[in-house]
Amino acid sequence: MTAVEERTPTAAAPPPRRANRVWALLRNSWRQLTSMRTALVLLFLLAVAAIPGSVFPQRAVSPEQVARYYVAHPQLAPWLERLGGFAVYGSPWFASIYLLLFTSLVGCVLPRLADHVRALRSVPPDAPKRLERLPQHAPASELAGEPAAVAEAVAGKLRRRRFRAVVREGGDGGWTVSAEKGYLKETGNLLFHFALLAVLVGVGFGHWYGWHGNRILVGGADQGFCDSLAQYDDSTLGPRVQASDLPDFCLQLTDFTATYQTTGQPKTFEATVAVTENGGAATTRSFTVNDPLRLHHANVHLLGHGYAPVLRYTDRYGVSQTKIVPFLPVDAMQTSEGAAQFPDVNIDPKTDRRDPQLQVGFEGRYLPTVPADGSASSAFPAENAPALFLTAYRGDLGLDVGTPGSVYALDQGQIATGALKNVSGARPHELKVGETWTLDDGTKLEFLGTRPFATLAIRYDPTQSLVLLGAVLGLIGLMLSLAGHRRRVWFRALPGPGGDRGGTLLSAGGLPRADYPGFSDEFQALVKAAEEGTP
Amino acid sequence: MAGLSNNLMAFTVLAYLVAMVCYAGEYAFGDRGRIGKAASRPARQLVGAGAPVPDDAAAVPDDAVETPAGPRNGAGEWAGRIAVGFNVLGLLLHLGALATRGIAADRMPWGNMYEYILSATFVGSAVWVGVVLRRPAVRHLGLFATLGLVVLLGADGMVAYTPVGPLVPALHSYWFVIHVSTIILASGIFLVGAVPASMFLVRSGYDQGKRRFPYTLGKHVPEAVTLERLTFRMHAFAFPLFTFGALIAGPLWAEASWGRYWGWDPKEVWAFISWIVYAAYLHARSTPSVKRNVATWIALLGFATMLMNLFGVNLFFSGLHSYANAGGM
Repeated sequence: MTAVEERTPTAAAPPPRRANRVWALLRNSWRQLTSMRTALVLLFLLAVAAIPGSVFPQRAVSPEQVARYYVAHPQLAPWLERLGGFAVYGSPWFASIYLLLFTSLVGCVLPRLADHVRALRSVPPDAPKRLERLPQHAPASELAGEPAAVAEAVAGKLRRRRFRAVVREGGDGGWTVSAEKGYLKETGNLLFHFALLAVLVGVGFGHWYGWHGNRILVGGADQGFCDSLAQYDDSTLGPRVQASDLPDFCLQLTDFTATYQTTGQPKTFEATVAVTENGGAATTRSFTVNDPLRLHHANVHLLGHGYAPVLRYTDRYGVSQTKIVPFLPVDAMQTSEGAAQFPDVNIDPKTDRRDPQLQVGFEGRYLPTVPADGSASSAFPAENAPALFLTAYRGDLGLDVGTPGSVYALDQGQIATGALKNVSGARPHELKVGETWTLDDGTKLEFLGTRPFATLAIRYDPTQSLVLLGAVLGLIGLMLSLAGHRRRVWFRALPGPGGDRGGTLLSAGGLPRADYPGFSDEFQALVKAAEEGTP
Repeated sequence: MAGLSNNLMAFTVLAYLVAMVCYAGEYAFGDRGRIGKAASRPARQLVGAGAPVPDDAAAVPDDAVETPAGPRNGAGEWAGRIAVGFNVLGLLLHLGALATRGIAADRMPWGNMYEYILSATFVGSAVWVGVVLRRPAVRHLGLFATLGLVVLLGADGMVAYTPVGPLVPALHSYWFVIHVSTIILASGIFLVGAVPASMFLVRSGYDQGKRRFPYTLGKHVPEAVTLERLTFRMHAFAFPLFTFGALIAGPLWAEASWGRYWGWDPKEVWAFISWIVYAAYLHARSTPSVKRNVATWIALLGFATMLMNLFGVNLFFSGLHSYANAGGM
């Protein structure tokens, strides 16, 4: 990104030297890299390279969509994986483009910064010999007063208009005024580019030292959550973060309220939690969708909510177990799907041995409002007429193999092989709150009620304020560089034809250093002011 | 109130349609081939379309840019004035449709794709009316501006119509007003900025002697330099707005709402792409070695990415910005 303005040519070209080939190659490559053409090409490459990230599902955004893509395109998916198609913004080719772009940017703005500092410290150059050759020119007009005094007065006026002006004595008894304005344009331009660097650094450090995790937090004192890696449903730590670095806090969902329109569209969500930080006393705090719970070195965001049915299973030996199982909402009306698994049931008290063939699982839907027409989707997201629709399975749940499976569904492989058998028929059994369902073997399932749950994202990014600062400074720089105009004007005051009686011939020239359509008006105004007010 | 908004929306489209017809009339019968000169010079020099300029036209006063002159030019001139009149009428109806929609929903009317496009086209229309009132010289382009408005609003009403409703909780934030309004404003200006950009390409092609179809339009449009400068000014104005709306206000809200300031959601990806492309345009424009034609093509590419973000992302991809979807949540 080379400077926009022209540079003054160097005084004398150095004598040709036989350059080292490697050195020449390096130098030429560097020049090529820092040229505007390369920067433009890299910008385009960056834009094009960003597109696949919107076309293919990204693992960092939604791992479940990536899994679905694998199922839908089993041939293509592994190849996309190899090319980084599911992690575009962390892929080496994406990184290489933006790193090259930022290298090009550094290579361009550092010399420009040096030039600009030099320009800020130096005075505007002396007037060219022939002002009439400049893009703007005012022919000489005769004024009263000595040339020196006229020049000083003009310089004073220019300074009042925030020009940087300098007065020089010419060899011919004349005086020249050189003035320049609009340094802020380049200042802003450089500020913008350095701010981009700050943003890049901030994003990088945020990635290294940040972490985030997701957790479904079910209401109730027995369902609390403390910030440790094992308690997250899933989590990602930055490369420089250890599990022991996580801040110490505990959350317990004490209340969750959701209000809805009559159409079922949500109006408000509010989660109330009891928070304990660093072993202190518990405090009650509320937060909502756009207003996260800000803790020390962690922010808790409310992403969603749902219902967790409370189920009590009584096995054939009369032993009961109660489970609270979150069902995940699948539509806007909170039709929810989930599974309850009871692996440690039907244990014969005589032998104390678990029969893997007698494990029990339930799978199905929870409808907060069962529609009048009997369809399988909820009619309203609040619990107006709630019911569970479950299918019971008995057999080997497949939990002992050790492979981690979803807790929201039964192992479909076990069902397919027949290790886990449907024991309740094709139609799911409807179960209202408080009802008991007796299975074919006499065991019972009771639906005791539901508890609300909140889907929480807990995040920490130590450098996001640096990124924000960079973005704001960048915007300020951008506006300065787009609004500013760098321009120079010169006035030449020569002794008038009157000789000793005094009088001055004042001529002027102006040079805009970038495209600036308003310059001629400004120049005319300057000349007029200079001619009017001089003594 | 919601029904009133829908009726006003229909009348808005009708008014723009009439304005478009009148602009087309001026375009066809008018005599503004060298319109750019008329703008740069206070006294209008009349150039008959192959016909001798009537004598009485010489007596046209200095501020005659807007005065009908001579019977032969009258039709086109009046068509143009009527067009601007209907354009302004359409703009007022448009404002009415937006305002009643906002009153009906008791919030800012920016909650879904239908309302978003209604607002963005309103900004576009307002910017266009502002430009045309300050610079009558570019009035010819009204045909293209109103064509764009009618097409966008028509598509909006047919594809994206959503009944009035309150906002989902995710939009309960003051950032909703800040983020969405600046983006609507910036997109509106970018969208209108594409009109002088494409006309500049047509005109400069015409000036180079190209006489194939799109370039033949160049006969009737303002001077290339005027168009190019207008293009740059619009983009230079909209770019910082877009930067603020998409890359500062958006991430600030995203941080509060989703916990991260940037997450490569499809809408974010395309905003990023648009930003990069428009940044490339500004760089190319300010580099003397890059031809203005090339720079302007980049601006049009930016326009294409904006359209992609407006329609394509909402219709093809699902993401966190999906409450902007056709049909609401």
